[in-house]
Amino acid sequence: MTIEELKLEAVRTRRALLSMIYHAKTGHTGGALSSADIMTALFFKILTLDPANPSWEGRDYFILSKGHCVEGYLAVLAARGFFPTSELETFSSFKSRLIGHPNNKIPGIEMNTGALGHGLSISVGIAIGLKKDRKPNRVFTLMGDGELAEGSVWEAAMAASHYKLDNLVGIIDRNHLQISGSTEDVMGLEPLAKRWESFGWEVKEIDGNAMEEVVQALSSVPLKPTKPTMIIAHTTKGKGVKEMEHVASWHHGVPNQQLFEQAMSDFDFMERELYHE
Amino acid sequence: MSKTMACREAYSAALLELAKEDPNIIVISSDARGSCSLNTFVKTLPDQYVEIGIAEQNEIGVAAGLSVVGKKPYVCAPACFLTARSLEQIKVDVAYSHQNVKILGVSGGVSYGALGSSHHTLHDIAALRCIPDLALIIPSDAVQTAAALRTVAQTKDAVFFRIGREKVPVVYTEELGIEPFVLGKANTLKEGSDLTLVACGELVYHALEAEKLLEGQGIKARVLDISTLKPFDEEAIIKAARETGAIVTVEEHSVNGGLGATVCQIVCANHPVPVVTLGLPDEYLATGTSLELFGEYGLDAKGIAESARKLLQRKR
Repeated sequence: MTIEELKLEAVRTRRALLSMIYHAKTGHTGGALSSADIMTALFFKILTLDPANPSWEGRDYFILSKGHCVEGYLAVLAARGFFPTSELETFSSFKSRLIGHPNNKIPGIEMNTGALGHGLSISVGIAIGLKKDRKPNRVFTLMGDGELAEGSVWEAAMAASHYKLDNLVGIIDRNHLQISGSTEDVMGLEPLAKRWESFGWEVKEIDGNAMEEVVQALSSVPLKPTKPTMIIAHTTKGKGVKEMEHVASWHHGVPNQQLFEQAMSDFDFMERELYHE
Repeated sequence: MSKTMACREAYSAALLELAKEDPNIIVISSDARGSCSLNTFVKTLPDQYVEIGIAEQNEIGVAAGLSVVGKKPYVCAPACFLTARSLEQIKVDVAYSHQNVKILGVSGGVSYGALGSSHHTLHDIAALRCIPDLALIIPSDAVQTAAALRTVAQTKDAVFFRIGREKVPVVYTEELGIEPFVLGKANTLKEGSDLTLVACGELVYHALEAEKLLEGQGIKARVLDISTLKPFDEEAIIKAARETGAIVTVEEHSVNGGLGATVCQIVCANHPVPVVTLGLPDEYLATGTSLELFGEYGLDAKGIAESARKLLQRKR
């Protein structure tokens, strides 16, 4: 898939996830939108997958550590054919399997996540297991920046470099906002890149909403043999819906009818623009 | 004196035998090789061992990840840390995510008696029984420990074992002639009709000793070994209530939320009879060895027998 096609697909991801949230009247809107380009790149370009056989042994593994942003995850899984897109309409409804956090009853989802700070440890386990079997598969983990305050993240960070897990790629959706406000006000993370480097990771900082940069970075892993890779993807919370951009309160929130219709119309416009490029 | 053996040594030896046959078995520990009697394992099968350092949350998460790629992880670490610090990982990464992870909590209960309450594990039955799809096994001796491990190794279920630290008397001698472990089944170690002593873990031996004291006073006590705290053998408890009319529960756990509470729940709902629940009080405990603390809190043979005699006076 070309960069232009991926950009188009990312608009579709945003459209799908916002529709799910609007109809379910619940969802983690801001972070799902900020990570939509990364999720699209992973599932349409980077990860080796077989939607017809989700447990195929040759697959790359993906763990959504920031499990609350499940809407984008479900949108790309459905778009890739892991389950019918029509099922997205059931998101968060009574007895639906599409609950508000990733659940491994859903084809394509490896682990139940949602309690923050767990995903990197799980991914370290996956990476160690793959190394033991000398398998070439890789594991990618998407984390939120707010969740980096969890101590378990740094336990896992230490283990990943100790075991030289160059088959492990961490991605931080660095949108600089968490539910209570700026990450730097709530619990400062900077100097974030230096912190990961000091834990033995090879770090690259990119614009996580620029598809070219996302694809380029994720296609160049591992950045260095024998070291785990960390991509710090600077993003905009609420990216793609102007009223939501850079606003912490859209961490979770449901657009009203007017805002939803406006966003859908904006997505139509973005798609048309991309077609013309 | 009965033959004694440490459950952790039996567990480790059985695990080594299983791992020699199955290269997918991976043992994980958090700087607790010595505490878990794993030194021989690490020397013999170094490629099947993963050291995590003192990081119990990461330890359980890594184990869950190993299971995702088809490994069979066995976590071994002190019970006090695993069941408190990594409780969320046990709940979400292991049980909720249905991963094939076996977890061994060593030195549970008051095994670390003299080290103080930071090192006691008196809440694990209460905490772990509320997590669906997680089996909880508290073996009474080394023979049952090895038998239980060999049984659950054949399954893909998430399992938590709690064992003690010191050498303990062997309950399941050849002369006893009872299959040491069936998952979810209580073992009747002594038949009796006057009342039932329901025990788990190391206190099963002390319940058996109490039975001898009671027998000397003409009281016939039944003794049940509840090796599996979940799934729980409700039928054995209902039968005991019906046939003996009084129950004493004995556990190395807080009196809140453990074996006693479980038995009361079953008895009240099915066949109400007088029950006394023996365990550790809801307070920070005195300093001492396991045996000293059992004596202090009425969990040794003498204390159990005394409580049983008092209970009989309430039996109609």
